[in-house]
Amino acid sequence: MRVIVPISVGGWARLFSRWDLLAVLLILGLLVFLAEASRHLFEPLTALQNEPLSLDPRNLPEYAARTTLRMLIAMVLSLLFTFTYATFAAKSKRAERLLVPLLDILQSVPILGFISITVVFFMALAPGRVLGAEFASIFAIFTSQAWNMAFSFYQSLRTVPVELEEASRNFRLSPWMSFWRLDVPFAMPQLIWNMMMSMSGSWFFVVASEAISVGNTTVTLPGIGSYIALAIEHRDLIAVCWAIGTMLVVILVYDQILFRPLVAWADRFRFEQEPGGVPPQSWVFDVLRRSRVVERLTQPFGALWRRSLRPRGPQKSGPIARSAPGAPSRIGFPIGVMVAAFAALALWRVVSFAVAGIALSDVGTTLLLGLATLARVVVLIAIATVIWVPIGVWVGTRPRAANLVQPVAQFLAAFPANLLFPIVVSVIVAWRLSPNIWLSPLMILGTQWYILFNVIAGAAAIPAELRAVGINLRVGGWLWWRRIALPAVMPYYVTGAITASGGSWNASIVAEVASWGNEHLQAYGLGAYIAQQTDAGDFHRIVLGIAVMSLFVVVINRVFWRPLYRYAERKFRL
Amino acid sequence: MTVPLLDIHALQHSFPRADGGEHLVLDGVELSLVQGQIVGLLGRTGSGKSTLLRLIAGLAQPSGGTVTYLGEPVHAPAPGIAMVFQSFALFPWLTVLENVQLGLEALGLPDAEIRKRALAAIDLIGLDGYESAYPRELSGGMRQRVGFARALVVHPNILLMDEPFSALDVLTAETLRTDFLELWGEGKLPIKGVMLVTHNIEEAVLMCDRILLFSTNPGRIISEIGVDLKQPRNRLDAQFRDLVEKIYVAMTARTPTPMQIGTAPVITINTVLPRVSANLLSGLIETLAAAPFHGRADLPVLAEELHMEADELFPVADALQMFRLAEIGGGDIKLTEAGKQFAELGTDDRKKLFQRQLLSCVPLAAHIRHVLQDRANHVAPKTRFFDELEDHMSAEDAELTLRAVIAWGRYAEVFAYDDDSGTFSLENPT
Repeated sequence: MRVIVPISVGGWARLFSRWDLLAVLLILGLLVFLAEASRHLFEPLTALQNEPLSLDPRNLPEYAARTTLRMLIAMVLSLLFTFTYATFAAKSKRAERLLVPLLDILQSVPILGFISITVVFFMALAPGRVLGAEFASIFAIFTSQAWNMAFSFYQSLRTVPVELEEASRNFRLSPWMSFWRLDVPFAMPQLIWNMMMSMSGSWFFVVASEAISVGNTTVTLPGIGSYIALAIEHRDLIAVCWAIGTMLVVILVYDQILFRPLVAWADRFRFEQEPGGVPPQSWVFDVLRRSRVVERLTQPFGALWRRSLRPRGPQKSGPIARSAPGAPSRIGFPIGVMVAAFAALALWRVVSFAVAGIALSDVGTTLLLGLATLARVVVLIAIATVIWVPIGVWVGTRPRAANLVQPVAQFLAAFPANLLFPIVVSVIVAWRLSPNIWLSPLMILGTQWYILFNVIAGAAAIPAELRAVGINLRVGGWLWWRRIALPAVMPYYVTGAITASGGSWNASIVAEVASWGNEHLQAYGLGAYIAQQTDAGDFHRIVLGIAVMSLFVVVINRVFWRPLYRYAERKFRL
Repeated sequence: MTVPLLDIHALQHSFPRADGGEHLVLDGVELSLVQGQIVGLLGRTGSGKSTLLRLIAGLAQPSGGTVTYLGEPVHAPAPGIAMVFQSFALFPWLTVLENVQLGLEALGLPDAEIRKRALAAIDLIGLDGYESAYPRELSGGMRQRVGFARALVVHPNILLMDEPFSALDVLTAETLRTDFLELWGEGKLPIKGVMLVTHNIEEAVLMCDRILLFSTNPGRIISEIGVDLKQPRNRLDAQFRDLVEKIYVAMTARTPTPMQIGTAPVITINTVLPRVSANLLSGLIETLAAAPFHGRADLPVLAEELHMEADELFPVADALQMFRLAEIGGGDIKLTEAGKQFAELGTDDRKKLFQRQLLSCVPLAAHIRHVLQDRANHVAPKTRFFDELEDHMSAEDAELTLRAVIAWGRYAEVFAYDDDSGTFSLENPT
């Protein structure tokens, strides 16, 4: 299964459209609104008295359960978001023009930026403060899951085969019915793959989403993430190991109980008609499917569900008139006015917010910091490319190796950078290394695997004939790489690199500052800046940092990755 | 039956073009379908016949004229009009039974009745035993049977068939056609009338009571042919052959409309060009020149000899005519002097001859060559010509036309084209 590109690559010839501008404005406006709200609600939260965390490993099962629960709730919310937002974007031409750029910008906003800004807001919303903190945490996890799922669903909906869509209209399926009978099944395999990716992403930020600290507000929600944070604060290496072990178990359990059955189940939704390859297996799925008890229990729900898909009562027999789709709809105008009003409001809020708390020099500083982080991302992607492309090709052309490597890489993609702090910080301090250079690898820790995943998928997809030709003509060595392997994996590599690059920016907030007990290291970069301002609770500068980072990510996506992706698709797609 | 099932009046359909104009695909279509008839829509690729079927099904809206079904205008998919698709359009995640039940579920019938009717349809169409199979487990023929069962189960008044047999191999297609005609003849099908889109002339004569011939660009009904032969019809029957021949003649007649691809005597710089490879052209010339044709062939016989369908043969024949290597008329094709010469030459001389024909018969090729010669560096971007063409045709047609001219230009070594940079040049890589 190929990962979809997590940025919009279709359609527009221009780099930026006015819809992008509108999207930027709306999101900036939202950020400013939240930050303003937070600033006013801001007060030291001494009242937050949950039972203190303990490093006793016996608590880990409970912590693991709570972390898991949060992720599941966030996943449900992400699915709801995906089904509504992406469907709306795919079905309405008008909505699509704004919603897709909006998603593009949203996914460029660093996940931790969302936490910094929303935590106080959520805590003020909720009656009990702990509940509010839980909201904030779940929201943060949601932001690490939702965008790529929505993108995947949107792109699937856009590629639903025309004749199936025509068939469902010809047999007059209601929109609700054709959504569940056609759209969702068609999108399901890709969506499940993206859900797995999203889950990895939220593990990577598990520490940040549970041990939240904005200014004087410090919230630690019981969970694996805050356990890790506490272990790092206390320099407790054994506890860190316990955390790693627990994570491994939880991820494995997740894989076996949730994702593997899902993948095995979703295999029926593959669109290719020909039988091919070994269908994915899952013992859990087999047990569920064969069990009589489960069948008994689920049958009434299934019947109820099917009934909901039916229209109420028999249909009218006459042809149902409908306004011609070509006719301009009257709904457009008021919505346009509303959007314009929102944009104006957002612009006003953003400008007044900026004038109040941001000096021009701050903007210059953050831009410079952004360049520093950019340099890191570029170098790291280049290094990761040099390392993982050859390995990926090697593994991908050997199916047995691929089956072994895939799950390991999947676990590593979920591995939070914080867990490496003990080693990295100790080494840097002991050898007096420059944190500017040696903290950087943490940034790409979780995201480099997407390059590997994709290159493996690409190499596995090289047709057997092409490889046979290579052998037949005795193409070997560098020539083989240059003429066969590299061109064949190119589109896949670009997709992986886009994911990795976006993820690295995101990770910079965790990776450019590291601590182990009392040792605090900090690199010069935008991620560190945002982390630092979050600590200080300076909402003006948090928003500035987030905005500049989004700017960098979006501009790089549009100026570099999008053209590269199109080129690779056109020239090298097999 | 006094009220026709379906009445189409002054129907027109067009797609928007890049320059803001309209690309007309169907124009002035008048037809009606009465109970008990199978009406065939026959035409070449691009004659808009599939579009017409979609307009009838309510899947698209006409830009002019009306479609009336049982006295009511059609604006949306109407109950009682069901469709069978060329690519089957089965839901791969539903079993045969579930696929067949789909249309009944949409009607909101009770579970028991849905099951009863679906099983009856499966039984009727010969799918017994396959109820729980998934489409991917079935052969093409079985898949299309599911397509038929799914359409018939809703008991439609009109069955629309969009080239339902063209994705199947010859034997399977014949079996399905025969089975369908048998059920239809015995009155076992719960339908009142059928519209069949096809590009296969024999299929149309085999199945239809009336055949409507469509012209291309835009699609108009150019002729209506009634078929009075009794079912089951025999392909070898003299009357059958006569009808096929008659349709061939009608489809190759030079019509006065200058827009008609290929058969148009005058090719201008803005004519949409067919994409026919130089290899196909050479192959057809060689076949025509050799025995038993010796330079002249009856098109139906030629099609049979080459195992090509009319729809595949026509564009090649048209292209030969455009290059003045052959002439078409009265259902026959005849090599010209240049064509006969071509057949006798070796590879290099063929290229030279083709070069002459290309430059004299295809103004666009000559135009590109002139532009390249006039420019100091002998290089011109593709967009230059694309924009020029797009003023007169859809972007899609402009792209196809340029692709066709590039392919011929390369073969004739009239100019070179580099796809990476999108530029034409006079130099060939050395």
